[in-house]
Amino acid sequence: MHLQVSNVSKSFGEGRDRKLVLEDISFELVSGQFMALVGSSGSGKSTVMRLIAGLERPSAGTIHLDGEQVRRPGSDRGMVFQKYSLYPWLTAAQNVAFGLSLQGRGKAEIRERTAYFLDVVGLADAARLLPRELSGGMQQRVAIARALATEPKVLLLDEPFGALDLQIRESMQEFLHDLWKTTGLTALLITHDIEEALLLAGTVHIMAPRPGRIVHTVSVQLDRSDLRHLRVSQPFLELREELAGRLRSLDGSLL
Amino acid sequence: MVRSPALRRFLHHPWVLGVLGILMVFVVWFLTTSSGMVDKLFLPGPGAVWQAGTDQFQQGILVKDAIASIQRVFLGFVISAGLALPIGIAMGTNLTICYLLEPLMGLIRYMPAPAFIPLLIIYFGLEELPKVMLIFIGTFFFNTLMIMDAVKFVPSELVETALTLGGRGLPILTRVVAPFIAPQVLDTYRINMASAWNLVIVAELVAANEGLGKRISLAQRFLRTDEIFVGLIVIGLIGLIIDLGFRFLMRRACSWAN
Repeated sequence: MHLQVSNVSKSFGEGRDRKLVLEDISFELVSGQFMALVGSSGSGKSTVMRLIAGLERPSAGTIHLDGEQVRRPGSDRGMVFQKYSLYPWLTAAQNVAFGLSLQGRGKAEIRERTAYFLDVVGLADAARLLPRELSGGMQQRVAIARALATEPKVLLLDEPFGALDLQIRESMQEFLHDLWKTTGLTALLITHDIEEALLLAGTVHIMAPRPGRIVHTVSVQLDRSDLRHLRVSQPFLELREELAGRLRSLDGSLL
Repeated sequence: MVRSPALRRFLHHPWVLGVLGILMVFVVWFLTTSSGMVDKLFLPGPGAVWQAGTDQFQQGILVKDAIASIQRVFLGFVISAGLALPIGIAMGTNLTICYLLEPLMGLIRYMPAPAFIPLLIIYFGLEELPKVMLIFIGTFFFNTLMIMDAVKFVPSELVETALTLGGRGLPILTRVVAPFIAPQVLDTYRINMASAWNLVIVAELVAANEGLGKRISLAQRFLRTDEIFVGLIVIGLIGLIIDLGFRFLMRRACSWAN
């Protein structure tokens, strides 16, 4: 799998209302990689994700997935949203099965894959519950299972834990890290949380707002065998502080 | 005041309170009429109204009238609801259709449906058609615009999730939009069904051979206030039953939305 984002710009509106939200974004993502885009609100990080998902078209530049230009949404790029991530009228299992049945797969296959991916995210027992009966963290795990069930080449996560309480957030970060280690998925994470990005991603791009652009890229080399320990370790905290300082200076220049 | 918690819980149950509210009116009604303060010609007692009701029932008039009115309401409303659903969805999903039709519908919606009665009688005579048309005119535009609004409030994330799962075209409509708006559509129908009932009675007051509204206007001519009360109460009861039916349907079909 090779995702190539080349010199992508995006503006919304026409004429005098035209507003540039992304300027000259370029990066590459390959199989098994976990990448994060970090920025404050207005940095256009969600727009980058929507462009890759094919929900928006770039104003300039191109996005290629395995040599093919991205023109529309497709199941090779699975997406998890922060809000309204599940269909409230479907049970957890039906939500996971949703994409599979849209693709017209056989009943037996759907049942088997649904059970498998619910198990992968640790929610086999919750199969028959409706979203409103699930906690926020469980809902996001179901959404991740649903995205994975259709075997996307890359998983796009748009602030997936942004609406969760801090404690649940931390356990979800550990869950996602374990999932990445065990399944070898390829992921692009959008977040405003530097700690989250550093914990999970091998490559972290820092984005500046107005217009959104990548101003700094870090390759993160940390021992991730114990995330709880990593959170409070010296090298981690130093790196976090350094990046936080960069983000602050970006925001500060706007005040 | 009430010591026992069990009794208090019973008294605070919404159903108990609701029945209590209705009973209160009956008690006041009974006391006023039995005291002899009011002329029976103007306000008959509950007993007299009950008697008039059972008389009408035994003669078969009551059932025949009720069926006539219910038929008109259902025919007009089914056509209205059936057309409003696709048009409302089309307006909610397609901006061009919305811009084209919304001002038009917004305008017609504010024309009082009963004002169409003279025109409908000129066009369609005194048979069933003008009454069915009246109910259609009086509910179609409300149904359509309310369904359009429901569609507009479908969270874009739900549609976009389906797109990123490989969905496209019609399945998005039938498997994402339709289930999401189902509770609001049922509620829209429930609310507008009430105006359909208002309109059928108005139409029958003007011109009809049978129907609950017709019976009321006949009763007026002979100063049979007891029969007017029978008509009013029966209309109220049928409306209430339909309302409860919609609520029941919603609870069964859309339990996720509660």
